[in-house]
Amino acid sequence: MINASPREVGTRLAGEARAVGAVWQREMITFGRERLRLVISLLQPLLILVSLGIGLGAVVPDGETGIGYVTFLFPGVLVMAIQAPAFAAGASILWDREFGFLREMLVAPVRRESLLLGKVLAGTATATCHGAVLLVFAGAAEVPYDPVLLASFVAVLALAAFAMTSLGALLAVSLPNPQTFQAVTGLLLGPLVFLSGAFFPLSGLPSWLDALTALNPLTYAVDAARHVLAARLLGEAPAGLFEGLEVWGSRVPVSVELAVLTGFAVLCLVVAARRFSRPDQ
Amino acid sequence: MRQAATPESPPRVPAIRAEGLVKTFPGVEAVCGLDLLVHPGEIFGLLGPNGAGKSTTIAMLCALTRPTAGGLWVAGHDVRTRPAAVRRSIGVVFQKTTLDDKLTVEENLRIHAVLYGVPRRRARERVTAMLALTDLADRRRSLVGTLSGGMKRRLEIARGLLHEPRVLFLDEPTVGLDPHSRAEVWHHVHRMRRESDATVLLTTHHLAEADHCDRLAILDHGRVVALGSPEELRARIGRDSVRVRTEAPERDALTLADGLGVRPTVVDGQVVVQAEDGAAMLPRIVTALEGAVTSVTVSRPSLDDVFLHYTGRSVADQGTAATEPLVTGDDS
Repeated sequence: MINASPREVGTRLAGEARAVGAVWQREMITFGRERLRLVISLLQPLLILVSLGIGLGAVVPDGETGIGYVTFLFPGVLVMAIQAPAFAAGASILWDREFGFLREMLVAPVRRESLLLGKVLAGTATATCHGAVLLVFAGAAEVPYDPVLLASFVAVLALAAFAMTSLGALLAVSLPNPQTFQAVTGLLLGPLVFLSGAFFPLSGLPSWLDALTALNPLTYAVDAARHVLAARLLGEAPAGLFEGLEVWGSRVPVSVELAVLTGFAVLCLVVAARRFSRPDQ
Repeated sequence: MRQAATPESPPRVPAIRAEGLVKTFPGVEAVCGLDLLVHPGEIFGLLGPNGAGKSTTIAMLCALTRPTAGGLWVAGHDVRTRPAAVRRSIGVVFQKTTLDDKLTVEENLRIHAVLYGVPRRRARERVTAMLALTDLADRRRSLVGTLSGGMKRRLEIARGLLHEPRVLFLDEPTVGLDPHSRAEVWHHVHRMRRESDATVLLTTHHLAEADHCDRLAILDHGRVVALGSPEELRARIGRDSVRVRTEAPERDALTLADGLGVRPTVVDGQVVVQAEDGAAMLPRIVTALEGAVTSVTVSRPSLDDVFLHYTGRSVADQGTAATEPLVTGDDS
């Protein structure tokens, strides 16, 4: 606004930070109260890990590395597991509108951007948790319980969760109601997961799908997580299933992948915040 | 009286001032030239049928929707240029609940306090005080989803007052409540008014509730058609009516016209006599009809009559039942 002194700006920023905190607090209370949901949402990734990992693993040859398909699959399943909760965080914006709580937030003396940021940060945290609990089962996929490796997984998951929650928020502020949101994300979920390389190396796909896989943020998350694992298991010369992602013929370094995820998240968040804070009429 | 529009002189600043307020949506003029002046500390009612512009006015007062034209100030702050200041000075209870069912009573209040930047210690005091005010202290740790409709509405009032607003908006505060809960909500509104100096602006299309207001504005098609205290509004149109049920209403109407010099009408088989003081007129009517009377009722002009007078329609005719059941039937 006009002629604000530095002190006023400081007070205002503190107020906005509190607003982000208020939204975060609310989401965390609810998350803590719905532990059953966390347990239930583990079932699908575990089912995939077991059925694909063991079933398909029996027919996929280990190759010269001696590392099985189930190990290859593990990082993919981790990334897959954050999908649904990340989108659910986006949907919660629409449910808040449906059940009225959104109005309580909108009429508060804070910026709408702060409210959205609170939502996205809380969603990122809960989605990351959904992926991170699966690390308990690392042993079953012959992934070592190495603290550095596990921490690296969590870091990649957090960025992927940030990207997906921001996308969810963008969809939420662009769509009219939770039902439409569900339909749209239902449509998106399949392609996002299947074209991310979570279940098989993307090198096997026909080249006309290259553009889609390159645009899919999950591609970078899966490859980064897998790269971290390969570096631990195989050192610096990954081979076979772990050969790594090539986008239009060139290898993508992990740092670039993480930057892509962050960039995607920030872009979605900024566009979503702009749409969300447009005044009514 | 000149109204100051600056926050520097709080005692003289009207709680709400609207001047030529207009809000148009594509194809609809929801509010067209609304003028209002609400004094600090009063309970002010906006009475009107659905579509009269009440909710649009509330949305503009909350700085949720921008006026198309005209001026609007809340506690001295212009809603166009100082929306944050406006929002800090108001508490709102919307028509549709805005509580989080999955949180406890206390958590709902605590999060509200954080959103409004109430310092932690002060927030603790206020939560306790507001729960006591609305008789919800023993439900502090209950999930909101387990509360009755009346309790939820009271909790929303408690929450609306938590940050000590200058003005509290109640948008159809008792819609959907049973008569008992409705009475309780009013009890708490009056109690709150005694214990704080907040101004209350409420909307209603429920005439019985209009009597709780110090002053009323009757809204129709987005403008004020009448303004005054409920008593003033009644007095402006009128007189009491005495309704007499008899065996032969037409003949008895003539008898009364001859004997008492009144001008009775026959409505629904009853003789209706208008009088300044219906109760005093009653014995004279009974005497004149020499015992032919089967029953008599005396009624004061209702706000429904007032509404009818100013808008040409009865509030009951507005077809509100389709969207909001449970709102008719007890404005006796």
